[in-house]
Amino acid sequence: MNPTDWLGPQEWQAVRLSLRVASVATLASLPLAVAVAWLLARRRFPGHGLLSGLVHLPLILPPVVTGYLLLVSFGTQGPIGSLLKPLGIVFAFRWTGAALACGIMSFPLVVRAIRLGFEAVDPKLEQAAATLGASRAWTFLTVTLPLILPAILAGATLGFAKAMGEFGATITFVSNIPGQTQTLPSAIYALLQTPTGDAAALRLVVVSVVIAMAAVLVSEGLARRMAARIAGAR
Amino acid sequence: MLQVDFRRDFPGLALEVAFQAPVGVTALFGPSGCGKTSTVNAVAGLLRPDAGRIALDGRVLYDATTDLPPQARRIGYVFQDARLFPHLTVAANLRYPARWRRGAARDFDRIVEMLALGPLLKRRPATLSGGERQRTAIGRALLSDPALLVMDEPLAALDDARKAEIMPWLERLRDEIRLPMLYVSHSVPEVLRLANTVVLMDRGRVSHAGPLAGILADPALAPRLGAREAGALIRARVEGVEPDGMIRVATAAGPMLLPGPLPQGPEMRLRILAHEVILSRHVPQGLSALNVLPVRVTRIDGGLVQLAASDERMLAQVTERSVKALELQPGLACHAIVKSVSVLPS
Repeated sequence: MNPTDWLGPQEWQAVRLSLRVASVATLASLPLAVAVAWLLARRRFPGHGLLSGLVHLPLILPPVVTGYLLLVSFGTQGPIGSLLKPLGIVFAFRWTGAALACGIMSFPLVVRAIRLGFEAVDPKLEQAAATLGASRAWTFLTVTLPLILPAILAGATLGFAKAMGEFGATITFVSNIPGQTQTLPSAIYALLQTPTGDAAALRLVVVSVVIAMAAVLVSEGLARRMAARIAGAR
Repeated sequence: MLQVDFRRDFPGLALEVAFQAPVGVTALFGPSGCGKTSTVNAVAGLLRPDAGRIALDGRVLYDATTDLPPQARRIGYVFQDARLFPHLTVAANLRYPARWRRGAARDFDRIVEMLALGPLLKRRPATLSGGERQRTAIGRALLSDPALLVMDEPLAALDDARKAEIMPWLERLRDEIRLPMLYVSHSVPEVLRLANTVVLMDRGRVSHAGPLAGILADPALAPRLGAREAGALIRARVEGVEPDGMIRVATAAGPMLLPGPLPQGPEMRLRILAHEVILSRHVPQGLSALNVLPVRVTRIDGGLVQLAASDERMLAQVTERSVKALELQPGLACHAIVKSVSVLPS
């Protein structure tokens, strides 16, 4: 038996799509998450609390509400969607929409992890870099960023796992179209709605568990190695 | 020349600091919490004053219209806690400023050799001892090509053995590189060994600033350095070696004899502690002490008597009873019997 035969073509499609959606969601949101985490950890400004609240909103709102708000604003008739459509950017009922929904839903977790990283870096090291003549941007690139890499990695892993499992906002925003927007959780949900789908659903559940575990193990291993390198134990 | 004159209010401490630091090593000396670190932070650009002016060699670093960021001040800073970049090797730490300070990067080998950093280059900061860390931090600051080196108690976190290990390097910086230094300390031995100029600070203010020798020979100020440390610092030059091995030196106060060994250079400084000096109204005879200098009393403050010998000043510690018994008063000529002398490099 060919190992790929273990899952049916539609199930494979869902796994591949989910991996793609979660990867794109994580990578695209990471730079923004680093910027927001830096703002929240290092700057005091009017609207600090508001920004923090806004970032955490998807964590607190029912996912179906987030999905609905996305549909209203990023739908082809929505205020943002109608602006992007002439540029050829369409989110509604596309896999990119699933990535957007997953990115937004995982954003609070990613920001939180990276923010903890920023708070753990001693600003005295950044002062030392400044006295040596480094500009602020260079200090950030060569001192701060390398020191928070473990935190960024942890945030990305958490975001990736969250994106792999995102269901409510995705299905509300982009529906459940096989091959287009049917991610792993959506496929499991759809299979459970059919009387003969139990076995296939179980296989996808196993795949979900394996991917999630692998992501966590890999990220923990990398983070440990980086922490050791920073501490100089190697 | 560093000119400092600024004000900064903290809760519980109003910092109002004004002094000038000529070339050489200027020590900021005072009890903990008197504002020494805040002062050097203001000089380095890590603390913004409320008002004032800070200038280095005529270049304004801070005033009402200027506030250069730390990276534009060219002030090397050696922190008490070293602050090496933990994710970089010693070599990468040392080369960190090389990107923009190319000139200093050419000195890499010389500075690595001077501070004996060669065997450490591939190591990471976490594997270094406290002394090695401070040496690396000093090297890194030097390689940023500073116009002034600021050191905030660079030895305070080290034990005595490590202090003794670092001190000669600091003396080499002073004598070989001739870099102006602002040195924060509350350790008298460090100040004595390194400083030319001392700025005494107390509760956010400068109470006195001037040459080290002047403060050591000032009966009102010397006790601030600690009662056992009061005493003079006078210049001396080696004249020759006696047949019995004693070193003959010339000082402004007159010739003196010192026990060997011969110091390194011909120039040196003699440290004469106030409690090692006995005063006599008449030329003393039949003494075991070898050095008797003709002096004149210039000031009396409690039990400390300031004496002038030519243009040098020294102190003698006597009891108030002796002051009365000898009828000591300013202007009186007498003889200072020096029981022991310690030699400091010039």
